[in-house]
Amino acid sequence: MANVEYVRDKEIPPAPPPLIEVGVIGWVRQNLFSSWFNSLLTILSLYFIFVCLVDFIPWAWGGHWNTKSLRECLDLDPNVACFSVLAARWEQLLFGLYPAEEYWRPTLTFVLLILSIIPILFSRYFRYFWFSVIYPGLAIWLLWGGSFWSIAIVYIGLILGVGAYFILSSKLIKTTSVSLLAAFIFTLFFFGFLSDFLARFLANVLPISLPFIESLKMGGFTLSLIVGVSGIVASFPIGILLALGRQSNLPLIKMICVGFIEFIRGVPLITLLFVASVLLNYFLPPGTNFDIVLRVVIMVTLFSAAYMAEVIRGGLAGLPLGQHEASASLGLNYWQSQRLIIMPQALKISIPGIVNTFIGLFKDTTLVSIISLRDPVGLASTIRADAKWNGIYWELYIAIGLMFFIVCFGMSQYSQYLERKLKTDN
Amino acid sequence: MSSSSFPEEKFRWGMLLSDTRYRGTSLQVITFIVFVAVFFWLVDNTLKNLALLGKDVSFDFLWIRAGYDINQRLIPYTNDSTHAMAALVGILNTLLCAFVGCIIATILGVFVGILRLSKNWIVAKLMSVYIEGFRNVPVLLWIVMVFALLTEFTPAPKAFKGANPEASMFLFDSIAITNRGTYFPAPVWGEGSIWLLIVFFLSVFAVLTLKRHSTKVKRATGKDLPTFWISILLLVAPVVAVYFFLGKPITLNYPFLKGFNFKEGIHLRNSFIALTLALALYTSAFIAEIVRAGILAISKGQTEAAASLGMRPNKIMNLIILPQALRVIVPPLISNYLNLTKNSSLAIAVGYMDVRGTLGGITLNQTGRELESMLLLMGFYLSVSLLISSVINFYNRSFQIVVR
Amino acid sequence: MSEESDTKDLGKTKDTTTDEVAIHISNMNKWFGTFHVLRDINLEVKRGERIVVCGPSGSGKSTLIRCINRLEEHQKGSIIVDGTELTTDLKNIDKIRSEVGMVFQHFNLFPHLTTLENCTLAPIWVRETSEKEARAIAMEMLEKVKIPEQAHKYPGQLSGGQQQRVAIARSLCMKPRIMLFDEVTSALDPEMIKEVLDTMIQLAEEGMTMICVTHEMGFARQVANRVIFMDEGQIVEQNKPEKFFSNPKSDRTKLFLSQILGH
Repeated sequence: MANVEYVRDKEIPPAPPPLIEVGVIGWVRQNLFSSWFNSLLTILSLYFIFVCLVDFIPWAWGGHWNTKSLRECLDLDPNVACFSVLAARWEQLLFGLYPAEEYWRPTLTFVLLILSIIPILFSRYFRYFWFSVIYPGLAIWLLWGGSFWSIAIVYIGLILGVGAYFILSSKLIKTTSVSLLAAFIFTLFFFGFLSDFLARFLANVLPISLPFIESLKMGGFTLSLIVGVSGIVASFPIGILLALGRQSNLPLIKMICVGFIEFIRGVPLITLLFVASVLLNYFLPPGTNFDIVLRVVIMVTLFSAAYMAEVIRGGLAGLPLGQHEASASLGLNYWQSQRLIIMPQALKISIPGIVNTFIGLFKDTTLVSIISLRDPVGLASTIRADAKWNGIYWELYIAIGLMFFIVCFGMSQYSQYLERKLKTDN
Repeated sequence: MSSSSFPEEKFRWGMLLSDTRYRGTSLQVITFIVFVAVFFWLVDNTLKNLALLGKDVSFDFLWIRAGYDINQRLIPYTNDSTHAMAALVGILNTLLCAFVGCIIATILGVFVGILRLSKNWIVAKLMSVYIEGFRNVPVLLWIVMVFALLTEFTPAPKAFKGANPEASMFLFDSIAITNRGTYFPAPVWGEGSIWLLIVFFLSVFAVLTLKRHSTKVKRATGKDLPTFWISILLLVAPVVAVYFFLGKPITLNYPFLKGFNFKEGIHLRNSFIALTLALALYTSAFIAEIVRAGILAISKGQTEAAASLGMRPNKIMNLIILPQALRVIVPPLISNYLNLTKNSSLAIAVGYMDVRGTLGGITLNQTGRELESMLLLMGFYLSVSLLISSVINFYNRSFQIVVR
Repeated sequence: MSEESDTKDLGKTKDTTTDEVAIHISNMNKWFGTFHVLRDINLEVKRGERIVVCGPSGSGKSTLIRCINRLEEHQKGSIIVDGTELTTDLKNIDKIRSEVGMVFQHFNLFPHLTTLENCTLAPIWVRETSEKEARAIAMEMLEKVKIPEQAHKYPGQLSGGQQQRVAIARSLCMKPRIMLFDEVTSALDPEMIKEVLDTMIQLAEEGMTMICVTHEMGFARQVANRVIFMDEGQIVEQNKPEKFFSNPKSDRTKLFLSQILGH
């Protein structure tokens, strides 16, 4: 056989690729015109884009912003958009019928919402988590108004209850369940007999209050955000419990959880909202009659809890079995291992799914317009009912759609980013 | 437990919660008691409330005269029919919208999902604009937008009038798109059309036989028969031949303008078109993502292994990628069908009379039977959903990839 | 690792090299984007020759053999397999792919098909052989890799070593004249490596032309006619295995060998 020996004596330096592979020409050739079929697709797409934009751009670009009514717009130039309706009614789209002098309240609530999310999303700021905890109460007070103390008293009661539990369990009673029960009874007692009195007392001593705004005044994106955010936040703990219950090996508990989840996921949200508007009062003690927004939030919470449970169940299923075994072998009990080992990991995997659930819920808040609440879609008809803007469609729809798109698209990009990050982390 | 090796222990009440033998049971008993208590509390409240309003629980209202009209129906119905009939008309309308919507959504979704993976940059980008655009805007907004498009930006029937009309029909004067709906030609089954149907079914049978035969040949000799073109020929040629032989038994009944409206033909109301189309467009964006993810889920190694065995791209797609991708795609696809069906309850936004509009809308308001109507309505949606999820489970069980 | 002791008792497989050229690669270059992965590769493989390609990770060895059956496209130079030049012409690509078998690091078996179906798929759909004949060939090949009893199981039910042997059988069913092995033992447990290497040795003894990217130096000593060392996209050194291991010339080869042999 021939001699195969070979040793390289001269290094070959890396050379630049041939011109057709790189640069603008290379990119265009590879991505747009790599074959005749591809070239055809490219040309068709470009034509399609042209057709879409050729009418739209002049229509939108030349739009009127300063007219008083649709009539005036049409008189000026019937072929362009009449964005004046947005200029005239943008406050309604954002705040519904909320009194104009109080607009600062929903705005502040929204700004604080962003601040309160930061400690949850970025572990670096976790030490400000207390703010996320007090935010819900603060938001309710800001939005609805009334005496500050009637909200604060709820927090006071809860703090007292938790405090009672710790004192009891460390000093007096050894069994966890008994001290838990005692603290629970104490809290009930507080809310049953003391809280009203205390709240009134505090309001007299230190009166802090905002003008009360009734729920039917709320609307626009404020309403969408109220329903969406409170639904997702309140559904979170319920969702966790449902997910755990569904995984439980106790058949009865599993059955109840599966039944609930499947029921909620099996019926359209609109029927649940209908239940909120016509039926919920049937199920409660006679004479109970509470706020429609609260009723909607309750149903939306139940609705998203079922979806949340499925997302979290997915996260739990994504964990290796070894995690359960490892935490059990360390001597942690069920709730300890859930709290310290399982949930932190499962929730982390579930965040993209939770964000997606929120996106879905946020879009679904538009359904409240069907039970005559004034969300942005409902407001579009309200505005059209005004003789000045009768017959205006696209300007409103485009504006509303764009606002939803920005929020939902932004969040979905974030959740995809998280998904990618999770993939590389593991 | 006398024969066990555990030391005999005297029973204490605390053991109900602390001993693994009793803990599960006692927790379940507690849950059961709480559950039953809450349930009875709710039922009790409801009964009390109903009593206060002077109502009872009864489904008799279903059998009394409905007294309202439904403009779009698949079965005979007049305002003399019962509420149960009205509910059935609504159910059929819901199912019709869901069925048509699912078909359109699937076709669009698969198409967009595959194009989204195109190597052509501009096509891929266009498709992601489509997907993100449709799925990030509420479906209700899409429904009212499509409805507005159909009612406000299409000509009124009278615009078709006169020698020099403002609007004209499409496809050789056969389709009229108006603000009152779209009119299509309706087929008229003349004498002998039954033969046409028979010939058609015979052709389908022949195609199936051909398919079986070609599989047999393939197994025996390994040769591929050019079945595709033969099948097309088999399907088309006999039917066309018989059609002309019998003297065109099937004719089309074209819609025409009479007075201020179109007459004859098939009339699709804008409410139906808007609802179905909007739901289909919205759902197709989700389906596209499912299709894309399903195809991407098949590792590159599978394609490479098939390619290194000498397979061409279309064979790789048919024999390797699709069989595997379908297992990933089908379950979420079906659950999107369920979503579409549930979303069809938004019909009320455009006035389409689905089951929520009849049973859960007019019937409920007329009879004041909120509880009963809502129970029936939820029962309907629940049974559809349970049916669909059992289909998914069946599919998953049958087509799971076998692993150790 | 105990390569030394392994090879002593195994002995060298006989040389089946002929004068016929199986693969001819000249001045081949490839870029990933702007990254120059393969630089001026010149290589001639004779029919019946067994070549082992080694080198640090990222040196382009896998890319090199993936170019041979067009899983990667080269941009400059020529690759001629059995007298057919690899161009963009689909006919040539099909011809070359059906003559060149390839086995992958991660097996890439088709999980939705049984072992037997994995083996008969390509003969039936690419070679258009009858199902009966394809089954007969498949069983023959499965026997060759010593797992005929697993024919009706799914890949997911087999061990890694078994899966890799199925993958070899699957390639053999196409009756290839050249086999490419891309780090076929890297994803396997130690006790499974031997069963796969034994199968490859058996193939070598039958005179199959083989190019193996591997770090199994014992295998290289026993089977290879030639060892090629690659680094930074270039062929740095090549030699007969005994000389390559005992007397490496280039500094980079020495460094590499000291890293993988001397622990």
